Amino acid sequence: MNFSFLFNNIIELSITGLALGAIYALVALGYTMVYGVLQLINFAHSEVFMYGTFAVAWVFVLLHGTEPATQTLGGTAGLLVVAILAAMAMSALIALLLERVAYRPLLKRKAPRLMALISAIGASFALSELMGLRDRVAGWFGLREALGPYVANARDIYPNPVTIQPQTVFTIGGYGVKDVDLLVIVASLLMMLALDQFVRRTRFGRGIRAVAQDPESAALMGVNATRVIRGTFVLGGIMAGAAAAFYMLKVGSTRQNTGFIFGVKAFTAAVLGGIGNLRGALVGGLVLGVTENYGAAIFGSQWKDVVAFVLLVLILLVRPTGILGESLGKARA
Amino acid sequence: MNRTTRTWRVGAVAMAAGLALTACGSSDDGGGSGDSSSSGGGGSDCTEQNLAFLGALTGDAGALGVNMTNGIQLAVDEYNKDAECKVGLKKFDSQGSPDKAPALATQIVGDDTIIGLVGPGFSGESLATGKTFFEAGMPSVSPSATNVTITDQGWTTWHRVIGNDNAQGEADAKYLMDTVKAKKVYVVDDAQDYSVGLSTVVKDSLGSAVTGSDQIQVGQTDMSAVVTKVTAAKADAVFYGGYYTEAGLLVKQLRQAGWKGTFMSGDGSQDPAFVKVAGQAANGAVLSAPAAPAPADFAAKVKEATGNDAGLYTTQSYDAANIFLQAIKDGKTEPKDINDFIGSYDSEGVSGPISFDEKGDIKTSKIYAYEVKNGKMDVENPTAIE
Repeated sequence: MNFSFLFNNIIELSITGLALGAIYALVALGYTMVYGVLQLINFAHSEVFMYGTFAVAWVFVLLHGTEPATQTLGGTAGLLVVAILAAMAMSALIALLLERVAYRPLLKRKAPRLMALISAIGASFALSELMGLRDRVAGWFGLREALGPYVANARDIYPNPVTIQPQTVFTIGGYGVKDVDLLVIVASLLMMLALDQFVRRTRFGRGIRAVAQDPESAALMGVNATRVIRGTFVLGGIMAGAAAAFYMLKVGSTRQNTGFIFGVKAFTAAVLGGIGNLRGALVGGLVLGVTENYGAAIFGSQWKDVVAFVLLVLILLVRPTGILGESLGKARA
Repeated sequence: MNRTTRTWRVGAVAMAAGLALTACGSSDDGGGSGDSSSSGGGGSDCTEQNLAFLGALTGDAGALGVNMTNGIQLAVDEYNKDAECKVGLKKFDSQGSPDKAPALATQIVGDDTIIGLVGPGFSGESLATGKTFFEAGMPSVSPSATNVTITDQGWTTWHRVIGNDNAQGEADAKYLMDTVKAKKVYVVDDAQDYSVGLSTVVKDSLGSAVTGSDQIQVGQTDMSAVVTKVTAAKADAVFYGGYYTEAGLLVKQLRQAGWKGTFMSGDGSQDPAFVKVAGQAANGAVLSAPAAPAPADFAAKVKEATGNDAGLYTTQSYDAANIFLQAIKDGKTEPKDINDFIGSYDSEGVSGPISFDEKGDIKTSKIYAYEVKNGKMDVENPTAIE
């Protein structure tokens, strides 16, 4: 146990932890929103995120080429904006597809919730393997050569050719805060703020809240539940796409199973903050990210997940509905 | 090299089902059965004789197994060219998995035409099958399994023509002290058997030059806590025991944080994919391996015989196969005689001088340091660590 290390480097550990936590939070939003309207966990959301990370890498390969390069954040800003938009589009598309293929047919037939859960796990598996076998899929269409840089070594790690070299923006307590971390934290917070306001203030947001509170009454009041559910998936997908772009900024490479571990973490963040609660996802994500870093600092990096999950258990023991604890049945989304 | 099946820790119970499916799905091809590419025999007075290969031919590490069979095939072809009784090669594809190898080992010891085994490829499958081979008296020479404990088991039929992880760890520490002249080394590993073994030897050999150590997890992508530890310790070198994915991510994030020291890792990271993951952050990194690149004339012969390029472990596999072929040439046919022959073998191979100590380890092995320069691992000109 190394508490002096933690206290000597608390600012650095907090900021890098917050940056990762902000990404967790963005993904957690997708879990929490779908839970809000459907009362079920969309386990395939992790793959929505994973496809976003690939979209980012593909945009860089397409517009920059495969030649490795190192650039500053400012130097690559144009590409980055394209990549973020592409990731959002890709993730939204996958989320839409999920809703259409894995959920709507089941909901229409009034299948038990457990069926939808299994369907989501199956979809997660299928999506992840599809990405891991993309070289063969391309081969079926005779495109394996043409798509070489996009599909080669499909199961292996797939890096973004451009490495972002973070620059110090300002210094507090002897630690130079990096522009990448700052961007990730600020942009994530802004996105969440926008989503929060969207759900609270717009007509569509009111629809989401209505369906979350009582789907039948909402239908009686003329809310089109199918449309609301579809919109919820898309919103969650957009957030996951942004998360994917920020993840690629920080980590810089992905693979077909990236979604799994990250999905578990984001799901944890959603539960930690109070599932079904948008602001809970934010709090849960940030707490999880920072705790992991502190845990790694005190006990060693191999303990960081243990520390995070012990924290989860402790919080759920005291507050079974999470930190911001909303009663699960009355999710306000 | 020692690859173990990666076990993922499950966070959420509900996701366990999905996980199990993913884990199964990650191996592309079905289990390997004996695939006899060219059968032995030949003249009418000859009894069929085969060498067996056991290792990964498909799956995540399949490329390494193919490197090995290329070397064996070349040795067998050269032998058959002017031999009266031809020798065949039977390949058994374990996908590098300790779970799949034992069933194949039973097949191998049950096949009377097999006189010796080149392999197993990795340490995990070696530990899983060593007892079976030992009890059946089947002599084996591995071109690539480096875990130290294999030769501590007392399996007198087991040999390897490659230096073990102890030799590599000591050489790595020497390189860090003498060549890099590091005063403060931070040691990180990924908690797997191979990695802990290697990093422990490095730590022991470095002694007081170790300024701190940490463990990460396989599959971890965010290294910020480790990065903080390294920079806070003002380490001038980092040694990482583990594989190329995490190694690449670690060196990249260290460089992104502005760390300027020397990054070194072992043969688990000595893979072109390390450079792919780390990008330009890989420049200046040093990766050690107990294997030298194939000499040019040998590489040309491999290319001609098999149509493939010589890769990591091709030379060792060629040398291992030649030991058995030499035994056959000397008229040894019984497993016990062949095993004794291997024990007293002393000759110059393509990879260096080959002779074994009483445990089955190669007596003299050289460890080579490969440097990454201009975004490429310099595989042609490694420095031998003396």
